[in-house]
Amino acid sequence: MSVEHNARPLPGYRGGATAAAMEADAEAKRIRSRNAAMAAQVRGAARKYWIFIAPATIAVGLVIVFPWIFTLWMSAHEWNVTGDHAFVGFANYRKLFTDVRFLESVWRTFWFTLLATLIPIVLGVWAALVFHREFPFRGILRTIFVMPMMATPVAIALVWTMMFHPQLGVLNYLLSLVGLPPFAWVYDPATVIPTLVLVEVWHWTPLVMLIVLGGLAGLPTDPYEAALIDGASSWQMFRHITWPLILPYVMIALVIRTIDSLKVFDTIAVISQGGPGTASETLNYFLYLQAFQFYNLGYASAVVVIFFVIIIALSLLLLYLRQKTKWTD
Amino acid sequence: MTQYRTSRRRLLKTSAATALLSALPAPFVAHFALGQSKFDWGRFKGQKIDVLLVKNPRSELMQAAEKQFTELTGITVSSEQVPEQQQRQKAMIEFSSGKPTFDVAHLSMHVQKRLSEKGNWLEDLRPMLADGSMTTPDLEFNDFGKAGLDFCTAADGKQNAIPTFVDYWILYYNKELFEQKGVAYPTSMDEIFTAAQKLTDPGKGIYGFVSRGLKNANVPVWTSWLLGQGAETVSKDGKLLTDTPEAIWAGEQYKRLNREFAPPGTVGFNWNECQTSFATGRAAMWLDGIGFATPLEDPSKSKVVGKVGYGVVPKGPKAQHSAIFGDGLGISRTSAQKGAAWYYIQYITNKENQLNILKNGAGSPARNSAFGNDEVVRTSKFGKQWFDCVLQSAKVGRPGLPVIIPVTEFRDVFGVALTNMISGADPAAELKKATETFKPVLEKSEQG
Repeated sequence: MSVEHNARPLPGYRGGATAAAMEADAEAKRIRSRNAAMAAQVRGAARKYWIFIAPATIAVGLVIVFPWIFTLWMSAHEWNVTGDHAFVGFANYRKLFTDVRFLESVWRTFWFTLLATLIPIVLGVWAALVFHREFPFRGILRTIFVMPMMATPVAIALVWTMMFHPQLGVLNYLLSLVGLPPFAWVYDPATVIPTLVLVEVWHWTPLVMLIVLGGLAGLPTDPYEAALIDGASSWQMFRHITWPLILPYVMIALVIRTIDSLKVFDTIAVISQGGPGTASETLNYFLYLQAFQFYNLGYASAVVVIFFVIIIALSLLLLYLRQKTKWTD
Repeated sequence: MTQYRTSRRRLLKTSAATALLSALPAPFVAHFALGQSKFDWGRFKGQKIDVLLVKNPRSELMQAAEKQFTELTGITVSSEQVPEQQQRQKAMIEFSSGKPTFDVAHLSMHVQKRLSEKGNWLEDLRPMLADGSMTTPDLEFNDFGKAGLDFCTAADGKQNAIPTFVDYWILYYNKELFEQKGVAYPTSMDEIFTAAQKLTDPGKGIYGFVSRGLKNANVPVWTSWLLGQGAETVSKDGKLLTDTPEAIWAGEQYKRLNREFAPPGTVGFNWNECQTSFATGRAAMWLDGIGFATPLEDPSKSKVVGKVGYGVVPKGPKAQHSAIFGDGLGISRTSAQKGAAWYYIQYITNKENQLNILKNGAGSPARNSAFGNDEVVRTSKFGKQWFDCVLQSAKVGRPGLPVIIPVTEFRDVFGVALTNMISGADPAAELKKATETFKPVLEKSEQG
């Protein structure tokens, strides 16, 4: 930082004051000189330390930056692995916005994400509140509750596929025991999305529960004691103390669940393969078909870019909301 | 390491022979190779080849035979089994790169035939077939069935692969349910409907007919009906025939059977759901590939052991055909070990190894001789009817999918149309829409 000064004598300036001014001027020069030397030293040091961050920079460049630039490049081409690559500009994007199947997959993805995020959040918070209390066999029951989360999604999907079989699945058998007619589950376009959401809810509610439970364990006890003395009800304590305090943790779970739900692939690929028809074809599955089944790599790259924009926009929105819910003094 | 070396004289001889023989059909070429007496299996001793296989019971048998092959030839084999969908992607990407990491590849010819031809992926095997020093007399090329050879022979006559397996679509039926209702095996496609109507009993949870409804997987069911009209989905000159009166008729049959006589939820059924319904006695007829006899006759997986009938697809209004699908083994055009790779293919597709496929219930091999083995027929748990069904289906076999590059996209687009039909949509409108959607895809695929 430099020190501004004025060497010109002010009106009514006297000798003693002139000496002091000269001393101040000399001091300022010393400071400037020292600062310049320090700045040079910092610049030299910065150059010297570049070598330490170079590996990470190169790795990020190769693994993240280059693929992204390449994907953008591919999205501007008619890129087929069997033939030449022709530059088409924004044609792939224009085609996307007139492709009914793509547009339907976008809305389907939002619908699936909404359900597969909010339901586990509600159930997970409720489960966390239950497991936060002391009751017999709490440890064992909590372990059983989190077990679905530990299983591989593909294995889970295969088991659910067998359970959904309309003639021989255990779910329709259970319905028949209580006198209910068989349900179509994933074998009907109208019920396939809610059924796939059911699998996601079963699988990921424990994750939300664990995150919120961690938050509950760290809450202060003073506000509850004060509220009890003031005669607050359980609902009032939850509404005005617990909920605001666990909200940051809920927001973390919300961000994780939203991103996971947007990207879901394995469950759909194994259970419904996007069907019946295209009834469960989400954006990620549509992308898979274009890239790895039809080998329309340019078109698929345009889908990737759109998908990336959607995920980034939603993530930024959620992170902004999370900042708003942070505890403040 | 021994290489496949050649002298100038041999090169000239081989070139001349190749030029002459390239104009001849492969069976005729192979005839020359049969006359050789002593065959040197050790010619490529010390070489190593990489083989890309698909994960299935037949590949298990191939891998089991590798040890004996290495003992016989001194050639080391490094093979891997990759699940079907991923294997096709791997083959596609590696072949397109121009430098595949494998010398020999399994190819699902009903999907990859045209793609492999246009991409010039594979080595033409005719010169090696014609070379008596390269082809064992035991190969007996003419023993391979016509259906499998058709899949492996390019339009210009190149022998791109050797067939390993042919899948014939047949009609499985539950003999017990047929007897209970006094129904005879249908002799025509119309009779399938009358039989299905009599056999359907929703109160007991039994349905007359089951077949694939899941998009993509369901297309061969529709083309099976279409073959009954003597028609295919794409003409020889590459025109779509998918909205013709015959195609619409086939769509109507598909829709009616699935809506009136199939189990609930059939719209999402792939072969595994169909198998479950049939194996538990909940479906009286099932139209699908011939390879499901093994689980259906396995008491640990089936409740219909000994009750399964195997019938050739009944004749349609104009023709009788069985939709066929086939696999083969081909040599990468850029392989540096073509000689060793060819030895591997000869060995792995020999009579004994093809017979092993039958013995182990791993499907229907491509060699005719395998089905003529009396001992295997007598001891097989499938029964003589299954063998008869294979041989009769082979006589009326016709490709169940068009020989085009975008086969998967074809199956996807028309698969969605068929699924919509099960949900109640009009077959004519759905097929017209699907044809319009797919037409530019097909046209573009042959450009460049």
